[in-house]
Amino acid sequence: MATVTLTPTKTPELMLEANSITPDAFAGKNAEQIAKLECREGKTYVTIGDFFTVAGNAGATAAETDIVIAGDCTRVKYIGSKMTAGTVTVNGNADMYVGGWMKGGKIHITGNVDSFCGIAMEGGEILVDGRAQNHVGCAYRGDWRGMRGGTIRIRGDAGNDIGTFMLGGTIIIEGNAFIHVSTHAEGGTVIIKGNVEGRVGGQMVKGTIYVFGEIKFMMPGFKKVDSIELEVDGTKANFDHYIGDLGERHPKSKGKLVFADLYVKA
Amino acid sequence: MSEIHGEILIKGGFIVDPAQKIDGDVGDIAIKDGKIVDKVSNAAKVIDAKGKVVMAGGVDVHSHVAGPKVNVGRLFRPEDKLFKSGVAHAPTRMEMGFSIPSVLKTGYDYARMGYGFVMEAAMPPIHAPHVHEEIHDTPIIDEAALPVFGNNWFVMEYLKKGEVENTAAYIAWLLRVTKGFGVKVVNPGGTAAWAWGMNCLGLEDNVPYFDITPHEIITGLMAANEYLGLPHSIHLHQNDLGNPGNYPVTLASLKLAEGVKTHNKFGREQVMHSTHLQFHSYGGDGWATFCSKAKEVMDYVNKQKNITIDLGCVTLDETTTMTADGPFEHHLHALNHLKWVNVDVEMETAAGVVPYIYDKDVVPNGIQWATGLELALYAKDPMRTFITTDHPNAGPFTRYPRVIKWLMNKKSREAVLASMKKMDKVIDATTIHTLDRELTLYEIAAMTRTGPAKCLGLSSYYGSLKPGMIADVAVYDLNYKNMPSDPEKIESAFLRSAAFVKSGEIVVRDGEVLSHGHKKTVWVNPKMKENPQVKRDIAESFAKDYTVGLTNYPVREYLAPHPFVIDVDVEA
Ligand SMILES: [Zn+2]
Ligand SMILES: [Zn+2]
Repeated sequence: MATVTLTPTKTPELMLEANSITPDAFAGKNAEQIAKLECREGKTYVTIGDFFTVAGNAGATAAETDIVIAGDCTRVKYIGSKMTAGTVTVNGNADMYVGGWMKGGKIHITGNVDSFCGIAMEGGEILVDGRAQNHVGCAYRGDWRGMRGGTIRIRGDAGNDIGTFMLGGTIIIEGNAFIHVSTHAEGGTVIIKGNVEGRVGGQMVKGTIYVFGEIKFMMPGFKKVDSIELEVDGTKANFDHYIGDLGERHPKSKGKLVFADLYVKA
Repeated sequence: MSEIHGEILIKGGFIVDPAQKIDGDVGDIAIKDGKIVDKVSNAAKVIDAKGKVVMAGGVDVHSHVAGPKVNVGRLFRPEDKLFKSGVAHAPTRMEMGFSIPSVLKTGYDYARMGYGFVMEAAMPPIHAPHVHEEIHDTPIIDEAALPVFGNNWFVMEYLKKGEVENTAAYIAWLLRVTKGFGVKVVNPGGTAAWAWGMNCLGLEDNVPYFDITPHEIITGLMAANEYLGLPHSIHLHQNDLGNPGNYPVTLASLKLAEGVKTHNKFGREQVMHSTHLQFHSYGGDGWATFCSKAKEVMDYVNKQKNITIDLGCVTLDETTTMTADGPFEHHLHALNHLKWVNVDVEMETAAGVVPYIYDKDVVPNGIQWATGLELALYAKDPMRTFITTDHPNAGPFTRYPRVIKWLMNKKSREAVLASMKKMDKVIDATTIHTLDRELTLYEIAAMTRTGPAKCLGLSSYYGSLKPGMIADVAVYDLNYKNMPSDPEKIESAFLRSAAFVKSGEIVVRDGEVLSHGHKKTVWVNPKMKENPQVKRDIAESFAKDYTVGLTNYPVREYLAPHPFVIDVDVEA
C-alpha cells in the first residue's frame, strides 16, 4: 500500500470540484503528477496542487492507493466520486457528492458531509463520523436509478431524501432523519436508529426500512400486518411490521404481490 | 440575412453527388459568396480534399430539435446531461445533453457531421413562437418546421364536409402566421380522440365528436397539399405506431396515395412522405410473436413511385421519446413505468414525452433495430429512402454515422446481432442476417442529402454540388477507392467531418467547430386568394375558443430574423 497525503493550503473562493481526488486518478502517479491533476473552480481549470500540498506517491493501482486529506474540505466537492478501489480518508468535513457513483473501496470522513453523499453508489463503503445533509444515497436528479449497492453509515443525523429511488445496498443513519426516506425505492435497506419526521416509504415499490425511534407522521399508504422480533445492525428488538406503499404499483412474484417492508421498533 | 463573401476551393476530393450522377470522380468544388460556382480565382482559400470524399451538406428530413416537447424533455431529464456536458472551448459555448441536446450542441453536432439543413418535424402551431426562438438559437444549421394538422379542429371540421379548398386556405394562412414549412400529420384523428381517452388505431375508426376517420383526414390533407402546390408533400406519421401487427394499417395508409398526382413547381415527385417507417412495420399479435415486416412494407414502397419514406432507425441507446401521438406515449409509459409528460394543445394537437432504453438484450428492441436497417437494405430507390432515427425517438441524431456504418458494412451488423443475449429470437423474427447488401457512398449520399432535399422541394438549394446551389459542402476522411476494412472508421469519419463549409463559410475543421455560421430559417409563403369564409371562421374561433387573441398568434419577424422564404403562387 502507498499513502498520498494532501494538506489543504488555501480555501477555494468558489467551491473546488475535485473529481480527480480518487485512488483511480492517483494510481501510478508520483506526488508531482498528482499535483497537476485537473479540478475545476467555477468555469476555470485548476489543479490539485493549487489547493493542496501533495506528499507521497500513489500505488500502481487504485487498490494499492490510500489517500489521506489532512484538513478541512468543507468547500471541496466530489471527493472519491466514481472510485472503484483503495481508500480515502478526510480528517475534517467534506462538501457535496462524497463517494458519488462510487463502485468500490472505502471512504472515511471524520467530520460532517454536505448533501448527495453516496449518490447513485454501486459498491464500496462510506463512513461519516459526523452529520450528513440531504439526499444521502439517492438518485441523481431526474434519474430513476438510485443507489444500487455498498454501504453508507452516518454516525450523526441526516436531512431529507435518504435513499430516493434506491435499488440496492444499505444506508444506516445512527442519528435522526428528517423527511422522505426511500421514496420510489425498488430495493435496498435503510436503517434509522433515531426518529424520523415523516414521509417514510412514499411510493415505495420494494425494499426495506427499519426505524428504531418514532415516525412522527406515518404515510397513509402503509398497513400494519404483524409484529416480529428481529436483529438489525447488531441490535435485537421487537418491530411492528408494515407493508406499502399501497398506492403504488406492485410486481408479482410466484403469484403474490410484492410490497415494501417498513419495520418500526415497537 | 448576412452575406458570406469570399472564395473557397475544395481541391482534389472524390466527389459523390447523385443529383449530377457523379460517383467518386476526382475534382474540385469552387465556392464564391456562399454559392457553388464553376470556378474561383487564385486567391481562394484552399481545402485539400485529396483522398477524401466530398458531398453536399446533409439534409435531415425529420428530427425533433426545437419547441415545447423538446424543451419538456430537456427540463424533465436533467439526468440526460449527467457526465455529458463538457467544458466550453472558445469559440463554441457550453454543450449539454445526449438524447435531448441543448440548442447549441444540436447545431454543433449536426455541423460536425456535415449537415446543413434540418427539418423540425412537429410544430404545435400555437407554440410556433417558441419553436422559432429555439431554431434561432441553434447555431450554424438552416432549419424549417412542419406545423401539425392531422388533429386540428378546423381541418377536421372542413374535411368532414369535404371542403378541400377551405382546408387549403386554412393551411395557407397557418403556414404564413407560424412561418411553417408544410403539412405534418401525426396519428390522424387519434391524438384528437386522446382528449376523450381514446385513440384511432385503424383508418376507419371514428374520431369522437368530429365524426370523421383517419382515412378522410389523410386523403383530404393530401388533396389540400396538392391544391396549394407546396414544396413538400404531406408528412405522415401513421396510426397505430409502435404496436405489434401494425403493418397492414401502414400499407392501407400508403395505398391512399395511389393515383394521387403531384402538383408542384419544386421538382417533388411524391404526394406522401411516410415518416419513421420502422415504427410502422411490425407483424405478430403481441410482444411474444412480434416480428419485422420490413420486406412486405418495402415491397410496396418500391413499387409505388409517389411515396417517399424515412427509416426511424433504432440505435440501441437510452433516449427520450416525444411525439404529438399523445395516446402512444401513455401506452409506452404503461409499458416501461418511467416518467411521463402529457400535454393537450388546445384546438390543435397534443404531445407526450417518456424516456426509453433500447436494450439490445431485450428481444423486441433487437427486432426494432433490425427492422430499421432492413427497410434501407430492401429499398430499391435510395432517392426515396432517407436515413433518420426520428431523433430522439429511436435514437439521437448523433448516431446517423453509426446507422451509415451498419448499412455500409455487413460485418458491423453481424457484430451487433452476435452480441445480443437472445440473438436466435431476433434472427427468427427478422431477415437482417440474410441480407448481404452493403450500401455504397453514392447510395448514402442519396439517402442523406440529394433524396431528402428533393422530397422537401428544396433541390434547387440543397443536396447537390451543382453550381448555383447554397455552398454546403462536407468533406469526409474516407478514401472512396480504398474504403477502410474497419467499420468503426466509417462511423468516425461521418461523425467528425474533415471539413464542413456551410453557406460558403468553413465552420468545421477536423471535427472541431470554428464558427457559429450564418443560419437561416426556411419557411413557405403560400399566396392564395383570400377566402372570406375561412377568414371569418378563424376570427370567430379565436374569439370563442382560443386562449390567445388572433393578433397575438402569429410569429413576429424578430423571432425569425434570418428568413429564407419560399413563395408559392397558388393557382385556384
Ligand atoms: Zn412521429
Ligand atoms: Zn418524429
